[in-house]
Amino acid sequence: MPDAAGLELIAQRVRAAVADEAVLGTHYAHEQAMLEVAPARVREVLTYLRDEDEEPYEFLASLHGVDYLPEQPRLGVHYQLLSRARVERLGVKTRVTVEDPVVPSVVDLFPTANHQEREVYDMFGVLFDGHPDPRRILMPEDYEGHPQRRDFPIGGEPVLFTHNEHKLPRWYE
Amino acid sequence: MSDERVNSETGGAQPDREAQGEAGAGWARAGEHRTEGHPDPLAAPYREREKSVTLERVAHGAAAETAALEPETELFTLNLGPHHPATHGVLRLLCTLEGEVVREVKPIIGYVHTGIEKSMETQQYWKAITFVERMDYLAYFANAMSYCNTVETLLEEEVPKRAQYLRVIHLELNRIASHLFWLGTSALDIGAITMLWWGLRERDHVLDLFEMSTGQRMHTRYFQVGGVIDDIPPGWEQKCREFLALFPARIDQYEALLDKNEIWLQRMKNVGVVSKERLAELGVTGPLLRAAGDPWDLRKADPYSSYEDFDFKIPVGTIGDCYDRYRVRMAEMRESCKIVEQALDGLPEGPFITTNRKVALPPRHELATSMEALIHHFKLVTEGFRVPAGEAYKAVESPRGELGCYILADGSAKPARVHVRDPSFVNLQALAEMSEGGLLADMIANVAMLDPILGGIDR
Repeated sequence: MPDAAGLELIAQRVRAAVADEAVLGTHYAHEQAMLEVAPARVREVLTYLRDEDEEPYEFLASLHGVDYLPEQPRLGVHYQLLSRARVERLGVKTRVTVEDPVVPSVVDLFPTANHQEREVYDMFGVLFDGHPDPRRILMPEDYEGHPQRRDFPIGGEPVLFTHNEHKLPRWYE
Repeated sequence: MSDERVNSETGGAQPDREAQGEAGAGWARAGEHRTEGHPDPLAAPYREREKSVTLERVAHGAAAETAALEPETELFTLNLGPHHPATHGVLRLLCTLEGEVVREVKPIIGYVHTGIEKSMETQQYWKAITFVERMDYLAYFANAMSYCNTVETLLEEEVPKRAQYLRVIHLELNRIASHLFWLGTSALDIGAITMLWWGLRERDHVLDLFEMSTGQRMHTRYFQVGGVIDDIPPGWEQKCREFLALFPARIDQYEALLDKNEIWLQRMKNVGVVSKERLAELGVTGPLLRAAGDPWDLRKADPYSSYEDFDFKIPVGTIGDCYDRYRVRMAEMRESCKIVEQALDGLPEGPFITTNRKVALPPRHELATSMEALIHHFKLVTEGFRVPAGEAYKAVESPRGELGCYILADGSAKPARVHVRDPSFVNLQALAEMSEGGLLADMIANVAMLDPILGGIDR
């Protein structure tokens, strides 16, 4: 794992190679390194970390969404990068607002992100710009709302059958 | 070939999005395309294609369309599942067939989505273990390990050595049980029904061991944050050693049944080959990746729970066909046996759960004599322990690959977000590449060797 100093070096290299404003911050806790990047720069940063960095991370282990409510910007997308050669993990996260939840898709960089980006869209409503197959994946296609958001209520929901589903659109409001 | 596929997909979707103007609109309207506009049947969204066999269409439009096609080149859309015995759960596969050759496979999932991750946000950390075990329902110990490991990371809680060994013993027995269930059901898909009885017989033996040590056969809730709930009972070690003595001979029996079976070999060999580079790009881990010759195993690469103490090998395959996947899992069961044996031999003395009373329940007998213990017990049971704000991602090697758990803690007694990176969910993406261009029957073999657990895929 990169240590706190190593994380700063990575951040420095990313700033030098991509752009100064690409890196918004670094977080180091529990021996885990996390780089926070600007949403518009995600693709460039991940491309750099995958291909050009002196310590590349070629494997995307996981991609997941988070809702940081009540913090702003609320929605977060995490990329858990892994270098299998050095056995090092690096988290990259980006945060977007609910009003403008657009993050560039990284499916062409990491084909594994396909299903996982669809899941984040499904659960949090983050739009992945350039995704080849932007559909819901776990919830029904005609479902309204993004259930993993923290302000989405839990419990008390009517069971949707075919006979009543047209009567209960947007039941959660 | 693989790169072309990605490019053509991206190229196909891009003009649609631009045509629809603003970025968000394309998402909502993805299902509103009409087949009429697409001369290429594959270009239509799958929801449209699945309507292709209504009586109305046969009577009017579609009959004329299909008559124009030659029977050899006609594409046939077949819906496999969600209720199909060979899909290992409620997996639905929308296949486009040309004769008997699979041209396209789209897995459609979500039929057992029960919102476990959402439900866990309403549970205290120690109660959420119950939920996480029900995701990948054949590898419940691996799920609990992944979750507890992450909570322990956030708490910076040390797990006693004995607890780590007990965890390893149960994790590896669980790996054996999971692989046995895979072996039984997969062989059944190929038509070897005996393997199901034989495999489940030994799996029951393992579940008996779990019942004795944890009180439950499945979803045991044995792993706790900070250790395990109880020590193994007297006589358990003896029973476990009996199983370990018996089991390698039983693997020999399975192999005697399958390894020289002409049908099995023909269905397995050179089926579903995907290169290890492509598998890694698709994020595939576990036996599938190892079968392609990539010795990536988190137990060795990034040891957790004292795996560094044990001497075991990582079986790898050569070309990554179904036969390699079968051989790798069989060899893994033998290695798991060795690990359990070593863990039993070297089982250290000491506590089986952390002595930190802020995290783990005090022993029952202390409640009668110690007011402090009673207070701790009361606080833990009613309120649960609080986890300092922060986030962490930890991964373990489940029987199916990297099982990662991400937790966002907001400082309260309940997690603000739990996400489980389930290996089945990610590995499923490789199914299309394994199956396209092969026969439909080979796709069944591929699904079987993929070993997807739909509870884990849908969560």
